[in-house]
Amino acid sequence: MLSVRDSQPVEFSSELLQKFAEVVSRYPEGRQKSALLPILHLVQAEFGWLSVDAMDKVAAYLDIQPIEVYEVSTFYTMYFLEPKGKYVLEVCRTGPCCLVGAEKIMAHIENRLGVKEGEVTPDGLFSWRGVECVAACGYGPVLQIGPEYTFYENLTEDSVDQLLQDLKEKQ
Amino acid sequence: MARKLLLTHINVPGINTYDVYREHGGYRAVEKALKTMSPDDVVEEVKKSGLRGRGGAGFPTGMKWSFLAKPEGVPRYLVCNGDESEPGTFKDRFLMTHIPHALIEGMIVSSYALGAHTSYIYVRGEMMPQIRILEKAIQEAKHAGFLGKNILGTGYDLEIYVQPGGGAYICGEETALLESLEGNRGNPRIKPPFPAVAGLYGCPTVVNNVESIAATVPIINDGGEEYAKIGIDRSTGTKLISAGGNLVKPGVYEIELGLPVEEFIYSDEYCGGIANGKRLKAVVAGGSSVPILPANLITKTVNGSSRLMTYESLADGGFATGTMLGSGGFIAFDEDQCIVRNTWNFTRFYHHESCGQCSPCREGTGWMEKVLYKIESGKGSMEDVDLLWDIQRKIEGNTICPLGDAAAWPVAAAIRHFRDEFEWHITHPSEALSRNFGLAHYADPLTPVV
Repeated sequence: MLSVRDSQPVEFSSELLQKFAEVVSRYPEGRQKSALLPILHLVQAEFGWLSVDAMDKVAAYLDIQPIEVYEVSTFYTMYFLEPKGKYVLEVCRTGPCCLVGAEKIMAHIENRLGVKEGEVTPDGLFSWRGVECVAACGYGPVLQIGPEYTFYENLTEDSVDQLLQDLKEKQ
Repeated sequence: MARKLLLTHINVPGINTYDVYREHGGYRAVEKALKTMSPDDVVEEVKKSGLRGRGGAGFPTGMKWSFLAKPEGVPRYLVCNGDESEPGTFKDRFLMTHIPHALIEGMIVSSYALGAHTSYIYVRGEMMPQIRILEKAIQEAKHAGFLGKNILGTGYDLEIYVQPGGGAYICGEETALLESLEGNRGNPRIKPPFPAVAGLYGCPTVVNNVESIAATVPIINDGGEEYAKIGIDRSTGTKLISAGGNLVKPGVYEIELGLPVEEFIYSDEYCGGIANGKRLKAVVAGGSSVPILPANLITKTVNGSSRLMTYESLADGGFATGTMLGSGGFIAFDEDQCIVRNTWNFTRFYHHESCGQCSPCREGTGWMEKVLYKIESGKGSMEDVDLLWDIQRKIEGNTICPLGDAAAWPVAAAIRHFRDEFEWHITHPSEALSRNFGLAHYADPLTPVV
């Protein structure tokens, strides 16, 4: 859902705008809207989520209507429309991973973090959610962490604990 | 040992880099095609090879290429479909991670054949590491003179760009993929016009799977006839199979089409049997959309002959007793897995991934999910099983794109082959809940239901 609350003002740095320009150069003249998905990924990597203000500025940059950005950001699952934890643990919840214990791993993560799916831990570090098949069925259970979508395979409760520990220590 | 064409050098250290790939015969297909063959010659070789689309539909690649419209003064596009999202399938991720230059080389050869000067590789956004790998491979190939202007002095120009998706299964459908590449929601288009006539930006476009494009490299190197010698009947060449679920050695295997399914599951060269000493209950042979088969029907056809890994043999018996090779996403279920729970899980997936354009799919997938959840949680009635059958029949064939069929088939097959397990959930609700798995009837003789 988009709301006024989400209109946190943002400023695009010149480095970011340079990256936008490189993306736009991949498409024929007049087809700059093709850059929308890649640019939204760049914006989310920078700010952690997509505020209405950020989306409006992307619309202005690409010379398209804001609604054209909203309909894309609400259609695709990778875009966050509200602030999340610094690390969003996305656990595959589809069939093949469930055959090898994904549901237990999700329960364990919920238990360890003490927050429900989609919520943020009080220290702002972690969120978690179940996602649909991430094309790694032979290495399940798996989870990924954006914005670079680093992969963690063959998860066990112990390896999840280790991962959470490592991420906390990175602070 | 079986012949390998795509993963021949997979164990060579550094094969993901240009230098090592080149040392092992990489980019010979580009040299051969651009310097000694016309674009039509390349199309002809691919036709001769009998290569069929490796993304799931199995449509002959050479024929798809020959449909491409070629109006004067209009650009043509090749778009590679790397949106791999069909549950059970992870072969393209493997190929792009470990041997990215095989895809880039195939892209150059295929783009040349189609007369494309700008080509895109659409990769699902979650595969950000693979996107980085491909971008690096493109830079290396460009540096070596295999991309850019006047490639190898032949006058042929080509640029390849990698496009990230945003997380949507539907974008694996080729017209939804094109919509997404144009910066829109991934709503499939009504066909005709087919992409071969009006695809990306309204221009003639071919969309091919990652593995299909990579397969053009050995086809050009060795010739289409040589490729067609591998395999059986209309299933030629090799295929990457991604094996997951309850197997001793899950992973990606390159097989020669024609390998017996039983050998694939149990031999040590491949999956090594069922994990934890358990018995096989069922298999989904080609990604979550294809009909699930009980163990006895996956290794043998209903006539008692050995079931082979080919498009034809897996489909033997139609949907009554057969299935499909699909994308090669091979999922094995051991005796403790619950078919009702898995069917609910898959249906939740399709409900989540439906783009919402067509009401039979948008409403039907959600309705089936609810009914399946009701049965799985011990609150179902016998009428619910008939209701499920009725809903899936009304989805199948009534939608713009195949997602509707893909959602209907797994439900139909689960009821067709495991109806007793659905009924057991209804008659033994507390037991179904406490055991959290269904009936283990892997060895039962089954009467096919048409």
